[in-house]
Amino acid sequence: MPIAYTPGLRVTGDTTIRATRRLPTKGEVLVAVGQRVEADAIVARAEMPGELHTLRAAQMLGVEPHELTSHLTKRPGDTVEVGEVIASTAGLWGLFRSEVRAPVSGRLEEVSEASGHVRIRQQSRHIQVRAHVAGQVAEVLEGEGAVIEARGALIQGIFGVGGERRGQLRIVSPSPQEPLRAGDLGDCTGCVLVAGAGADGPSILRAADAGAAGLVVGAVRDEALRSYVGYDIGVAITGQEDVPMTLIITEGFGQLAMAQRTWDLLVSLAGRLASINGATQIRAGVIRPEIIVTREELAGQPGPEEAGAGAAALAPGARVRIIREPRFGALGRVSALPPELTEIETGSRVRVARVHLDEGDEVVVPRANLELIQE
Amino acid sequence: MADPQRIVATDCGSTTTKAILIERVEDGYRLQGRGEAPTTVEAPFDDVTVGVLNAVAELEELTGRTIAGPAGILTPRANDAGADLYLSTSSAGGGLQMLVMGVVKTMTAESAQRAALGAGAIVIDVISVDDGRQDHERIARVRAIRPDMILMSGGTEGGTVHHLLELAELLVAADPRPRLGRGFKIPVIFAGNSQAAKGVRAVLGESVELIVVENLRPQLDRENLGPAREAIHRLFLEHVMAQAPGYDKLLTWTTAPVMSTPRAVGEMVQLAAREEGIDVLAVDIGGATTDVFSVFGGEFNRTVSANLGLSYSVCNVLAESGVWGIRRWMPAPMEEGDLRNRLRNKMIRPTTIPQSVTELLLEQAVAREALRLAFSHHLSLASGLKGVQQARTMADVFTQAGAGQTRVDMMALGLIIGSGGILSHAPRREQAALMLVDAFEPQGVTRLAVDSIFMMPQLGVIASVLPEAAMAVFRRDCLVPLGTVIAPVGRARDGEVILEWQIGGEAGELRAGELRRLPLPPGTEAQASLNPRRGLDVGEGRGRRWSGTVQGGVAGIIFDGRGRPLALPDDDEERIRRLSEWMQAAGAAPRGQ
Repeated sequence: MPIAYTPGLRVTGDTTIRATRRLPTKGEVLVAVGQRVEADAIVARAEMPGELHTLRAAQMLGVEPHELTSHLTKRPGDTVEVGEVIASTAGLWGLFRSEVRAPVSGRLEEVSEASGHVRIRQQSRHIQVRAHVAGQVAEVLEGEGAVIEARGALIQGIFGVGGERRGQLRIVSPSPQEPLRAGDLGDCTGCVLVAGAGADGPSILRAADAGAAGLVVGAVRDEALRSYVGYDIGVAITGQEDVPMTLIITEGFGQLAMAQRTWDLLVSLAGRLASINGATQIRAGVIRPEIIVTREELAGQPGPEEAGAGAAALAPGARVRIIREPRFGALGRVSALPPELTEIETGSRVRVARVHLDEGDEVVVPRANLELIQE
Repeated sequence: MADPQRIVATDCGSTTTKAILIERVEDGYRLQGRGEAPTTVEAPFDDVTVGVLNAVAELEELTGRTIAGPAGILTPRANDAGADLYLSTSSAGGGLQMLVMGVVKTMTAESAQRAALGAGAIVIDVISVDDGRQDHERIARVRAIRPDMILMSGGTEGGTVHHLLELAELLVAADPRPRLGRGFKIPVIFAGNSQAAKGVRAVLGESVELIVVENLRPQLDRENLGPAREAIHRLFLEHVMAQAPGYDKLLTWTTAPVMSTPRAVGEMVQLAAREEGIDVLAVDIGGATTDVFSVFGGEFNRTVSANLGLSYSVCNVLAESGVWGIRRWMPAPMEEGDLRNRLRNKMIRPTTIPQSVTELLLEQAVAREALRLAFSHHLSLASGLKGVQQARTMADVFTQAGAGQTRVDMMALGLIIGSGGILSHAPRREQAALMLVDAFEPQGVTRLAVDSIFMMPQLGVIASVLPEAAMAVFRRDCLVPLGTVIAPVGRARDGEVILEWQIGGEAGELRAGELRRLPLPPGTEAQASLNPRRGLDVGEGRGRRWSGTVQGGVAGIIFDGRGRPLALPDDDEERIRRLSEWMQAAGAAPRGQ
């Protein structure tokens, strides 16, 4: 029987973090196994080949592809400047002369006598990958990058936008139930801000304008997300958005208080350097946004207990949260797990749990709509 | 094989592996049970057969049969242990992902896309000489997508050669790597102008594994998709499946080659259309994608709308249709912000299910839009040329006048089959019926059914070996008949009588704008006489009487007088009132509504 409840996201103050840092193409690794690196250290770099531009040169000159070579004024391997003539025909008594000029600067890479095309490659670009997380190089991936290992806190959000950023953690809401208020921001240049129950569109923009590197918040309304990103996100694959500040939500959409446990952990880490990434992928090979805070004081201490997310079972007494309307966000404890299928309000017959809510009442909830909370 | 008694078939999906057991009993082949278990192609298992054995173990437990031993599925059956036939389909690991290349976007590239989709592939991109992109953009795209294989087409026989060489050079520059199996050469199927094959081979050299097959568009007015589809299927088995973890073992267990899941569904849909002698439309709506299959006039088409679904892709339906597009199907008011937040929360927690009636109505509203969009995508691709000798006239080619939309004839359509959780597990079957009617807008007389437990993939692969068993189980255990929809087409003023009908011993009339239902239980049929008003058509032409047999189902006979295309009132209050009335009439209103 497949697991019918959502395994909780990881929220832990002490875990072993292994960050795989890989170049998108083959390159040079600059670190060695055992070396200690800071979060902004460059661990690998590569040269990305420039863009390849194709010119239908034979066609432009009005000659057959196999005749093209004899009309070239530049040879494969030559450097060309934008606007420079690379091939021409003599014409008739100097008239009706045709020529092909380079549309970009670069190197003439290939001349094809099969298609009559000429290809110019633009200058290559340098790319580099940083450690992102301060720690020790545990493994070198030959020609690709390295794995950085560190002890520290790991908090997974439920959804995010924007890529990797780093900054000092700063708590800007008085409690997990309070939303972000633009007036609370103050000087937040380069900081990763932590707010409670929500943030509206103008507050998010204010935080970004004030130079914050990131904002971690319990929930946002979809309108706020749309106004920040500038469009409706269709498929839940994010991380590449062109936004000035990474936004991570920990609970969901709407107005939801940040989970107390997440809040308490973030508060305890205030002032430390956080490495965050909003990249989310909700399909096979799930990726959730994360906030990582390396804790050097833990180095050398006995290893943390690595209870994987969802390792606990849904059983009577388990602490749970309802993750679907009605009562979305409500917390409670499982009081019973009836084995038989039970008819719910929609008329469907499903497996349910009885949950005694913190607010006092007891409700029946489909097991699929419960999230386990680690205690 | 002579008279197999016991057949086991599995479908290794991306998340779940489903096993079914079919046995020959007194009245023919019948489904005996079904088991399922999580698919195990990813770590820590990295072996698809683990999930297969787990699913089969559940099947053994439920049916009391012994099917597998420590070494795998036992074939052939001996001492009542094992199965006479073991077959499997697979879409695990993301299915078959293909890049398609052609010269002209609306001609050879479109034909190649049809060939790939018909073979059960997911087409990740279509590159053509006239697609408006720069070479460096195409190269970056080819590098980024890492397809399982590439289908290259272009040029009619005797036509262009240099455009194909251009495409080949582009491939060499991109140096594509297969998604699975590092170190393997990516398979490239060349199905273009045969005169270009030699040149293409010279350009591609040893960089890829080139397979040359017959031109899939030998003439402008003729398509020849069979050889390309066969090559895709063969390479799927030899390369893609062979690279996926555990498949080498699975292939030694199966009696016949493993088939890609969508191809198997396509085989079943085609068999059903052939056996029943009708046009069939089938849809599978999932969390991430929606597949549409059709057989019209014997011609098969399949499309995949990769980002239309009800969980992972639910917000893409929102992005494509807008709030208005979804809210118009809601028989209750809902604030825009509330609707948006609910859908976003479904997207980020895709395994949750609707608990309240409002949530159910919202999901069913999204389903209508997703189905409608997927069908519109299907219509755009299932147009014009299809099989060999099915010609688009030269005039159509030049005018591009929605070529082939005449092939998808909703009036001729005999059966719509729905599958996917939202349809198969709707709290009331009548809700599934109404979703299908609202999304596809069938015309005339059309049967409706849902696949009870989505076993069409397994039946499709069984059909390749034992069609009579597949068809028997399909009719008796797979399809849940929902009933028949009768929808007159033509102009009429709201409220005027558009149809007089007699079905069995009952008689009545239908007015424009209304939806009515006549109970007719599943497994029964009745003689019907349908008299449309002058100017309206139920299948025999305007104003002409239709006589024939109609099939019953859980929803019975649905008379749909709402007109085609279905227009919903603009005024919110009026629209909500009408939607509620229609739901009540169809028996599709949730409990307490």
